[in-house]
Amino acid sequence: MQRYSIFSLIKNAFSNHQNWDVVWRDPEPKKEYDVVIVGGGGHGLATAYYLAKEHNITNVAILEKGWIGGGNVGRNTTILRSNYMWDPNGLFYEYGMKLWENLSQELNYNVMYSPRGIINLAHSDAQLNAYSRRGNSMRLNGIDAVMLGREELKKMIPFADFSTSARFPIFGGLMQPRGGTARHDAVAWGYARQADSMGVDIIQHCEVTGFDVRNGKIEGVQTSRGNIKTKKIGLCVAGSTSLLAEKLNMKLPIESHVLQACVSEPVKPFLNHVVTFGAGHFYCSQSDKGEMVMGGDLDGYNSYAQRGNLPTLQHVLSEGVAMFPNLSRLKILRTWGGIMDMSMDGSPVIDKTHIEGLYLNFGWCYGGFKATPVSGWTFAYTIAQNQTHELNSKYKLNRFNTGYLIDEKGVGTKTWIG
Amino acid sequence: MLEIKCPYCGKRSQNEFSYGGDASVKRPQLGKETSDKEWNDFVYFRNNPRGKHSELWHHVAGCRQWFKVLRNTATHEIFKTSKISEEL
Repeated sequence: MQRYSIFSLIKNAFSNHQNWDVVWRDPEPKKEYDVVIVGGGGHGLATAYYLAKEHNITNVAILEKGWIGGGNVGRNTTILRSNYMWDPNGLFYEYGMKLWENLSQELNYNVMYSPRGIINLAHSDAQLNAYSRRGNSMRLNGIDAVMLGREELKKMIPFADFSTSARFPIFGGLMQPRGGTARHDAVAWGYARQADSMGVDIIQHCEVTGFDVRNGKIEGVQTSRGNIKTKKIGLCVAGSTSLLAEKLNMKLPIESHVLQACVSEPVKPFLNHVVTFGAGHFYCSQSDKGEMVMGGDLDGYNSYAQRGNLPTLQHVLSEGVAMFPNLSRLKILRTWGGIMDMSMDGSPVIDKTHIEGLYLNFGWCYGGFKATPVSGWTFAYTIAQNQTHELNSKYKLNRFNTGYLIDEKGVGTKTWIG
Repeated sequence: MLEIKCPYCGKRSQNEFSYGGDASVKRPQLGKETSDKEWNDFVYFRNNPRGKHSELWHHVAGCRQWFKVLRNTATHEIFKTSKISEEL
């Protein structure tokens, strides 16, 4: 594999950038693999990469129905954070943050990790108390957290509505300084390039149509490009997990919902952080191109359509305008939607199943992008060792039976509200 | 925007409604011995099809009645709506 560096850039400039190596191959599927990963999104690509790198399992195929990076890894708002209160989440996502910090060097691919800080605004005393509780829980788990007052915030985000007539006055906020953003496409492509270089076959336009299971064991997978033998299958298909599980007669504790995001026209820099609105559900940051990247609520009803509806967008953006009044002057450039695998307690599942050789990775709700490295890392461990790692030991499939839920938001089983 | 036909008020815009989820979920019968699995299924497990889905909606900014809707989750086409007591 050709290493990327300033020297390779200069060298290729002399040939008008016409002689770069192909970044990953386009192989025909082989008859048999040690592990098949279904889903060529961020989590699937990361899983294959860590299988090869950490566990020396390189006879791996990634089967992708469309093209890699065309699903949720290309549809998110690129936010990274580990500002969780409950231990299982805090420790898991914090391990992920440590992987993010070194990811560009590790992948030899600039994922544009930008630790610009994520600020959660509080709009009441009660909310400030709740945030300081969460901040303290984070610090006990070794995660950076800082409480901010109104005066400090005025300096950091001067364009927010600090007037006394604001509908939701800003009382303060909780900040994770190491939180921030990364370039979503680069994450998918960086993992794909490294996985491919270690021998992983990335097979695009290959849809899984069924599974071969005998005596409770996985024996293979049926695809639109023929049958493939394998003893281990990992599903990383987010909102489509229920559809594949149905082929295995499994019902899962998730619903699929559409989440929209949008970007405005590009403007000069005016927001240096990721900021979330505390009196509703709205978050925004400014991209390197100058666009405001914004998102918020689910559309609110089960959906497999990768596009959203206007009332929700209007609702979300009106929250944005309540927070930053000058956003009302911007035009929206693009909107899009992705299908979220909303789990019943708001936390993911990374686990084995009752079928030997079948491993599940789903339930990421709104937060799959930031988890990409750590999800891949722990899922690769689970597949290779046939057991959960300490980091994902609480993300069990059977926690809905045992009662060990990880209900970070505590909103109950109405997934479209959480 | 969805246009939903409330069985009591007729066609109204989506803005007047809120969603209530899978309509096939049934609470275990009162006074009857109920296994953990039945409770578990009731609380956490839902139908999640791509295609026809029977679901509950609430005409919250209208007559405030709950009712059932048969909707396609991929195209959002609404085939039929009915009162709670009626079969979809």
